[in-house]
This record gives sequence, C-alpha cells and structure tokens, in this order.
Amino acid sequence: MSTAIAFENVSKSFTSKGRTVDALRDVSLTVEKGEIFGIVGFSGAGKSTLLRTVNALERPTSGRVVVDGREISALQGRALYAARQRIGMVFQQFNLLESRNVYKNIAYPLRLAGLSEAETLDRVEELLRFVGLTDKALAYPSQLSGGQKQRVGIARALATRPDVLISDEATSALDPQTTGEVLALLRRVNEEYGVTILLVTHEIDVVRELAHKVAVMEDGAVVEHGSIYDVFSSPRHPTTRRFVSSVLHHIPSAEALAKIRAVHRGRLVQLHVEDRDTNHPFLSQVSRAHDVDVNVVFGGVDELQGRLFGSLTVELLGTDAAVDAAIAGLRETTTVSELPAPDARTSEKEAVHA
Amino acid sequence: MRDFDPNAFFPRFWVAVGETGIMVVVAFAGAAVIGVLLGLLLYASRPGNLLQNRAIFAVLNLVINVVRPIPFLIVAIALIPLTRSLFGTGLGPLPQTIPLIIVACVAIARVSESNLVAVSPGSIEAGAAMGASPARVLFTIVVPEALGPLTLGLTYILVALVDATAVAGVLGGGGLGSLAMNYGYQRFDWISVGIVVLALIVLVQLAQFLGNAVARKVMHR
Repeated sequence: MSTAIAFENVSKSFTSKGRTVDALRDVSLTVEKGEIFGIVGFSGAGKSTLLRTVNALERPTSGRVVVDGREISALQGRALYAARQRIGMVFQQFNLLESRNVYKNIAYPLRLAGLSEAETLDRVEELLRFVGLTDKALAYPSQLSGGQKQRVGIARALATRPDVLISDEATSALDPQTTGEVLALLRRVNEEYGVTILLVTHEIDVVRELAHKVAVMEDGAVVEHGSIYDVFSSPRHPTTRRFVSSVLHHIPSAEALAKIRAVHRGRLVQLHVEDRDTNHPFLSQVSRAHDVDVNVVFGGVDELQGRLFGSLTVELLGTDAAVDAAIAGLRETTTVSELPAPDARTSEKEAVHA
Repeated sequence: MRDFDPNAFFPRFWVAVGETGIMVVVAFAGAAVIGVLLGLLLYASRPGNLLQNRAIFAVLNLVINVVRPIPFLIVAIALIPLTRSLFGTGLGPLPQTIPLIIVACVAIARVSESNLVAVSPGSIEAGAAMGASPARVLFTIVVPEALGPLTLGLTYILVALVDATAVAGVLGGGGLGSLAMNYGYQRFDWISVGIVVLALIVLVQLAQFLGNAVARKVMHR
C-alpha cells in the first residue's frame, strides 16, 4: 500500500487578542491508500483543524501535509484549486447550496472541473443512482431530510472522482437510523470506488463501525493510534479508555464498581479476554491449583472486525498469599490488572483501569 | 374647497404618473446597478474576505455613512448645482433622478452588503473545498445564495424611492408629488390629493407585489 495522506510534524497555532492557542501540536500520521482512517477526540481536541489541513482550508504553522505525493500545504492559487478538486469533503451541516437544486449542487464541482453539459448529466445521474436519490434531482435542499442532504453532500464530494474523501463529523447532525445509512454509504464509497476516507468524529461508535485505523486526539496532539482492534482491545491512554468504555461496556463504570464493592469485599482483578488459538479453561485451573474461589462480578465480550475481545472483572477469594499466587498464574495466560482496594482514594480512571 | 374638475385633473394626472414612473424606474435601475456593485465591493474588501483591502473598505464605508443620514430633501437641494450643470436645468424628471440615484445607491450598497454577509459560511467553505477560486465563490455561490433576501431588500428600496420621488417632484421633477402639492393642496382641491394618494398606494403595492414574486422565484427555502 502506498501513502494517501501524510501529516509530517504538523503544528498550528492561532493568535487572537495577543493570546496564542496551539490547535495542533506536532502531529505525524500516515493514512494509507484505500483505508478508512478515523480521528476521534472531544470537541476542541484539534481534529477538525487537522482535517482541514488536508485541503489547505487551514495551513500549518509548521510541518507539512502531503496528499498523493504533493505537499498541499505549499500550494497556492490555481495549483491549489486543482488539487482541491481531487479531494472530496463532506460536512456536518452538509453545506449544500440552498439556491440550487440537487442536480445543480452535484454538478457544481463538475462545472469547476470544466466538464461539458453532456458529461455532467451522465456523471450526475450515475452519482444520484449511487446514493439512491434519482427521484430528487430537481428538489431543493430545503425539501430534503438530513440524511438525504448528506447523501447529496457525499455525491457532490465524489463528483470529480477524487482519490481522497475527508469527512468532518458527517453523521453528527443525524439521528441514529440515518447515521447508519450514511455510514453504510461511506463504506460503499470506500469498497466500490476505492476512495481513501479520512474522517473526524466525536462519536467513537462511528469509528468502530467504519474505520480500519483510528487516531485519538487530545489538546491538539495525537495521543494514541493504531488499528481499530488494537486500540479498542487494549486502550492505553486515559482518553482512549474513556471513549472505548463509552461504547464497549465490559469495563465497569465508577458507579458500577462502587455497587460491586458494596457486595464483594474480596480482591478484584480484571482479566483481558481476546481471541485465543488454544481453548484451555485457565480460570478454573488456576482456581483449583491455588485454592482460590473465583466470582465473576462484571464483564463482557465484544466482537470487533470479526475478532473477539473484552474483559472480565472477577473477585478472588482466599488468603492473600493464595490470591497473589493465583494472579501470577492468570498472568501466564492473559493480561491481569488488580483493582485497588475499596478504601483507597483514587480517581475514577485509576479505579477502573489501574 | 374647490370643485373637482375631472377634465382638468386627469390629463395632468396621467402626465404625472408618467413622470413619477420615469423617476422611479430610471433611478431604481441606476441605483441598483451602482448600489449592488458598491455592495459587492464593500463585501469583498471587508477585512478577512477575498479581496480584503482596508483602504477601499474604509473609504466606501465612510462615504456611505456620510450620505445615508442626510434627509433626501437636503441631498436634493444640495445637488441642484450639479444637476443644473449636467442637464442645463433642474426641472423635469430626469435631472431629479440624480439625487434619487445617489441616495438609493448608498442604501442599496448597505442592503446588498448585509445580505451578502449573511450567506452561510458553510456554503462558502464548501465552494473553496471544491476548488473554486475566491472570485468564483463570490459570483457563483455568495451572490446566488444572497439573491432571495437581496431581492426583498431591493424591493424595500424601490418602495422608498416612490416616497422620495414625491419630494424630488416638488423640487422640479414633476410627477405625482408635485401634482398633489401644486394642483391639489395649494388649490384646496382635496379630491385631487386623495386620488394621488390612492395612486401612490397602488404603485407601492405593485412594487411590493413584483418584488415578492421575484423573491419567491429565486428563493428556495
């Protein structure tokens, strides 16, 4: 695979009223051709600013952004306009032209690219079929639902057959049902047309549904990135853990943990569950070997990209020495983390994930 | 109160309608062209916009702010020397369109600017993202997107122009204003005044109706 988008040490700072804000801090990421790459973060994390450097709507203060081998951050004027025609963009608020009907909205980038009337007609018809809106060609945006508007937005973004599609919170203004439809459409864009998609969202579910790789941003920097499976199954950074635990419910929240503690006074450990080649019953073996009783108090197993992963929170009952030995035994098979004792004053994150 | 004499009134009335019509149409056409262009320039030169130019913006802004608060009557009087030098006379509907154009075009410039500024930044950004040059964004996105409210704004100015022609008429332009003043009021002929008032109401209704119809056609929300 070759590189579609490369961010090389990208930093961006805004100065207003004498105060400088660092929107991006030394971001380096690579998006391979043909993949769907999700950038997730809370609002203000800098993810939209990063996305907008891809078509130079924002320019880095330092560093380079390279799209399809060309340093877009260095282009100006006509060269920049031509490069932007090769990059489709989808917006949270759709940004359709209200004064033009659906046909003319999708035709707009084709006119910019200099296509003839006949070529434009063919291409728009093809796009309308692809997004399932052939009957809406003459409708105006105000007559469409949110989901329909976004489908027009996607058709418009694809009109010039771009290699790269960037999506800024494309589903954040839509209801869950419509979100599903738009995500399915984006997946088809990727699979049928081979378009590389870089998307930004604050909804981790969108990334989980759609993306192959993910980067987590916080305070202008990428704090963690990797394949969806790796990041979701073993999130390292606290922000990543917050995102992951909001959609994958195998890790108890602070409230759930407090309730568990009220009943279960023994030592609690969290066992990592993932795809395993062997299928040996390690939990009961360890229990017997060390004379420790095991009580499953919380947990769950999810499927992600066809692979299993999750965690179990178990209470180990026995002498301290026996429990220590049992933990050591479990560690031979999987990742084990012990939750701190109930009276220890710890923050939510530490309590859950320590 | 004098007796109303239709045979004497109506010939004058139709001439006056014609004169008012000429003043309104010519002044509106001239002011719309100049005013919309000024509005575009004002919008484009605004700091942060595509042709940002502090000097142009500041000068335009100042000129508009100086002309706008002056009552039309005063502008029309102050411009009498100019219209005389241009037309050789201050009398008749055409010379009187000069002050009408000047007053209306600054109002239109302001109305245009505020309608252009109100265009959704998202639409503009979408144009830039699709690779349209700033000038292309201005003419193929900003202007069409602003056209609906702009038409309504222009209609408002058109109606205001009908109002101002009455003043211009009294100052030598002729038309319905001077008919009501000189033939009606000064002769205590209130029926004539009443007919002129009715005619003006009809004229304004017509202008507003036309404006609304055009706006409906160009607006799709």
